[in-house]
Amino acid sequence: MGKVKLEIDGKEVVAEEGMTVLEAARLVGAEIPTLCHDERLEPYGACRVCTVEIERGGKTRMVAACGFPVENGLKVRTRSPRLDRMRKTLIELAAVSAGEWEEGSKFWTLVREYGADPSRFASRVQIKPTKCIVCGLCVRTCSDVTGDGVIGFVGRGINRRVVIFPEKAQNCWTCRYCQEVCPTGKISPAGPLHSFPSIDDVLAGRV
Amino acid sequence: MPRLNSRADLEELRKEILAKRDPNKPRITVCSGTACSASGARQVAVALEEEIRKRGLDAEVELKKTGCHGFCEKGPLVVVYPQEICYVRVRPEDVPEIVQSVKENRIISRLLYVGPGKERISRESEIPFYKYQKRIVFGLNRQVDPKSIEDYIASGGYGALAKALFEMSPEQVLEEIKKADLRGRGGGGFPAGKKWETARNALGEPKYVIVNCDEGDPGAYMDRSLMEGNPHRVLEGLIIGAYAIGAREGFIYVREEYPLAVENVKVAIKQAEEYGLLGENILGSGFDFHVRVHRGAGAFVSGESTALMNAIEGRVGEPRMKYIHTAVSGIKGKPSCLNNVETWANVPLIIEHGADWFRSIGTEKSKGTKIFSLVGKVNDTGLVEVPMGITLRDIIYKIGGGIKGGKKFKAVQTGGPSGGVIPEEYLDTPVDFDRLVELGSMMGSGGMIVMDEDTCMVDIARFFVGFLLEESCGKCVPCREGLRVLHSILTDICEGRGRDEDLKLIEEIAETMKETSLCALGTTAANPVLTTLKYFRSEYEAHIRERRCPAKVCKSLIAYYIDPEACQACGACLKNCPVGAVEGGEDEIHRIDQDKCTKCGTCYEVCAFNAVKKISGEPVPPSPPRGTRPRAKR
Ligand SMILES: Cc1cc2nc3c(=O)[nH]c(=O)nc-3n(C[C@H](O)[C@H](O)[C@H](O)COP(=O)(O)O)c2cc1C
Ligand code: FES
Ligand code: FES
Repeated sequence: MGKVKLEIDGKEVVAEEGMTVLEAARLVGAEIPTLCHDERLEPYGACRVCTVEIERGGKTRMVAACGFPVENGLKVRTRSPRLDRMRKTLIELAAVSAGEWEEGSKFWTLVREYGADPSRFASRVQIKPTKCIVCGLCVRTCSDVTGDGVIGFVGRGINRRVVIFPEKAQNCWTCRYCQEVCPTGKISPAGPLHSFPSIDDVLAGRV
Repeated sequence: MPRLNSRADLEELRKEILAKRDPNKPRITVCSGTACSASGARQVAVALEEEIRKRGLDAEVELKKTGCHGFCEKGPLVVVYPQEICYVRVRPEDVPEIVQSVKENRIISRLLYVGPGKERISRESEIPFYKYQKRIVFGLNRQVDPKSIEDYIASGGYGALAKALFEMSPEQVLEEIKKADLRGRGGGGFPAGKKWETARNALGEPKYVIVNCDEGDPGAYMDRSLMEGNPHRVLEGLIIGAYAIGAREGFIYVREEYPLAVENVKVAIKQAEEYGLLGENILGSGFDFHVRVHRGAGAFVSGESTALMNAIEGRVGEPRMKYIHTAVSGIKGKPSCLNNVETWANVPLIIEHGADWFRSIGTEKSKGTKIFSLVGKVNDTGLVEVPMGITLRDIIYKIGGGIKGGKKFKAVQTGGPSGGVIPEEYLDTPVDFDRLVELGSMMGSGGMIVMDEDTCMVDIARFFVGFLLEESCGKCVPCREGLRVLHSILTDICEGRGRDEDLKLIEEIAETMKETSLCALGTTAANPVLTTLKYFRSEYEAHIRERRCPAKVCKSLIAYYIDPEACQACGACLKNCPVGAVEGGEDEIHRIDQDKCTKCGTCYEVCAFNAVKKISGEPVPPSPPRGTRPRAKR
């Protein structure tokens, strides 16, 4: 693998080809927040709080650091007033469906760090919060661990939600990885079994 | 039919077909597109067949079922050649007269199109709707039977493929497309040649070429019409592209809701294979190319390139993070070149007539033509193909015949649900990819919705945001939650609960969606809100500050009342009100009970004396006392 030279927050970084900006930033200790990323999984790109500013060919744009590959000559900015503002907005948007979260959870930490007002947008929408930001970490982890996801997504758009597939429930060995990766603390220590609606309930509109 | 094994075989066949055809023989064509079929074209075609047979005219009169002409609103369409007489809204009962008139070489006046000055126009090309179009891509639709490869070959079809295979190297084909400056017709206007080159130079085998016929924009159907009306043109473009890129396999992604397009393209593929124009050793050139049809679930977001490729791979059709171009890493991580139906359909024309010819049409940075789906409040709606650079005004007034019912134009929405609205002051803007973007809108795939003075721009923004909210895959936060919150705020404004800070909030959410969303659905989703806000801000302010809807559309902000000076106590509104909100009697002025009124507007429409008034932002005037008689009888 070749080496790639880029600049992150003014510091020169030598990264491996194929690395993401997020990985390269970690080499030099630049903190980029994430909510839907886990280095053990493929980049997914759902939460967008890892958004950074890149400059190449004289043009700047915003990209998700967790998925953007490093390249020679790339200039990356991981923090700026504009980025902070957008991350704050993103956290506030995610808070609409999250509604509440466990103190000490990853989400909670970010709310505090960015001075987000979780009720700013949530107060404009009449929904029952689910504690879930649909980051998909539990779904992806589960399918990685069990090989055949016990939990998965149903629905599109604002109806997208995580459910447990009853016919696969016996595959759950209560490894609790889903609980461990959940950024809002939605998944209780009892494992997903009792806190997720079943797909039958969802399709029948019972939840 | 024996296989064609060389370019000469193809030429030979073309000559043979033409020799058998007499251009002066009367020919009756019936549009058999989806829209005309739905309005009765199939029955008309059956009746024509029977009538011709009954009169023993099979040898004298030819009958042809063609692809969509684009003037679907006036369908079923029948055109009689060689005079090119166009009959609109034809019923099966009209058929005997039509056949008789063809025999007698006579025109049936009552079936002709009636022009703006009430004149009857007989020749198709003289009808304003057609006259100002430039139908290089779409024109053949009305000449050929989409199920007949011989029709296509007779018109010169597959000649461009033969030229590419036998006169040009793949690099030369690529250069020609690059030189032509062909830009993608499916959305962003990305240079097709550049994409082809990226795919060609990318490492990895096999390479794929793909046709995007997802067409999820509500109201748009140009891709469907091309696909079902002239599938060989799209197929020929795809094969030429495959040759240039070095692909051996291709996919045609068609939405499930387009059964006729699926049927016709499948027939086309089978015929092309039989004729040796597709499959192994095409025309004896040594080039192999296979193509498969993939039927998509037809979600709007499935038309996005990464979502579409996910679907072809058998996964959920939702977008994935794409920072490496799909032309480099697409289906199964292999170089995959995706283009829109219309983009592919332009390719044979460029190869046949040359890049210079193509470049002679259009503007500096947008060459060729574009097909738009012109709908909304114009007199003549349908599919229109126009040269890039034509003004919006010409499309709306010359081709579309102006605004319906003599109303005033207010705005035109281009680019589909995530496009933007353009107000009157920009009607003289030449339409091309870049100018539309400058105005905050886009070309998109060619949706064009015309709105008149009775349209509320806040309500329109809410409508498009509502559509996108339904269609978002829900994967990323800014798109899913941004749309949810935007929709909720816009609903508040329409229903009289808007707050002063809302416009700032909208702008903030819009900016975040634009910069951070995962795919182009999210990055463009705020366009309808941003453009209505940019050009019609005062309308938003009226809703929020005065609780007034200037266009008098938003139900929560309007009221109906009956002007006692104008009411004749005729009882029309009283009888027609579905909720019994109108009070009064035979000789007694009518009154609307505001608490009962659901604002359906029925009274407003049925009143013959213009006595029912629609108001917004002002208090409802008190009604006269019970028993008051109409003015004339007082
Ligand atoms: C939400 C969304 C929907 C899309 N739908 C379509 C579609 O229906 N047809 C299409 O050709 N392109 C569609 N596109 C654009 C495609 O992603 C892609 O850019 C296009 O097919 C490329 O072809 P072109 O360069 O020939 O335009 C869509 C894009 C987005 C973001
Ligand atoms: S961490 Fe990158 S999008 Fe969520
Ligand atoms: S379907 Fe007949 S004109 Fe479009």
